[in-house]
Amino acid sequence: MASGVKPRIKAPKKATAGEAVTLKTLISHKMESGQRKNKDGSVIPRSIINRFTCEFNGKSVVDVTMESAISTNPYFEFEAVVPETGELVFTWYDDDGSVYTASKKVAVA
Amino acid sequence: MEFSRRDTLALGLGAAALTVLPFRLNAAADDAIAAFTGGADVADGGVTLTAPEIAENGNTVPVSVEAEGATAIMLLASGNPTPGVATFNFGELAGAHAASTRIRLAGTQDVVAIAKMADGSFAKASSTVKVTIGGCGG
Repeated sequence: MASGVKPRIKAPKKATAGEAVTLKTLISHKMESGQRKNKDGSVIPRSIINRFTCEFNGKSVVDVTMESAISTNPYFEFEAVVPETGELVFTWYDDDGSVYTASKKVAVA
Repeated sequence: MEFSRRDTLALGLGAAALTVLPFRLNAAADDAIAAFTGGADVADGGVTLTAPEIAENGNTVPVSVEAEGATAIMLLASGNPTPGVATFNFGELAGAHAASTRIRLAGTQDVVAIAKMADGSFAKASSTVKVTIGGCGG
């Protein structure tokens, strides 16, 4: 596991049924592109998060396949429809096999 | 080793092909597009790609894409060593078919967004971004 990986999410706590809410996610990760070279001139191997998914109560909101051109600390902003009270689950898949998850509860009034 | 007329011709053709190849700058990007669309026609319009005109730092260039009714949107940076950037697959609970992220650009180039619509058609948009400092390390 890459060190210091910390997901951060901004999501509303309350919503009205069927409302499209804006979600912002950021995860700290160096996203080594595999293009850079170290002092010896050898290539630093690629180490990125290659997939990000967001689900609400098990239903997919967005599934992002990422390549090395995504910046350090990958940031995503998108919208989700919230039909009922439930939980948003965010999952990041690292090249090294690590999986980082975070979740947020959204209450529908 | 002796070269027959056939060998010489083959060598010449190979050399010619090699010199032509570097001029296909966007070959990798074209291949990526073909892999995504399966060779289908890509129409212009229907996709909104928002990217800065000038990016001072190629390491984090904010871009956002929006395509009404899209099931997936692929982002490409045609001038990067590896042109693929990201593919957004929208699920059933996606609000607007839009997403924003931050990408790396190696230099001044076109950023291309290709959207796969629900009816199976494809649409694209592209935007030229001038990059002051490239973001791929040296």
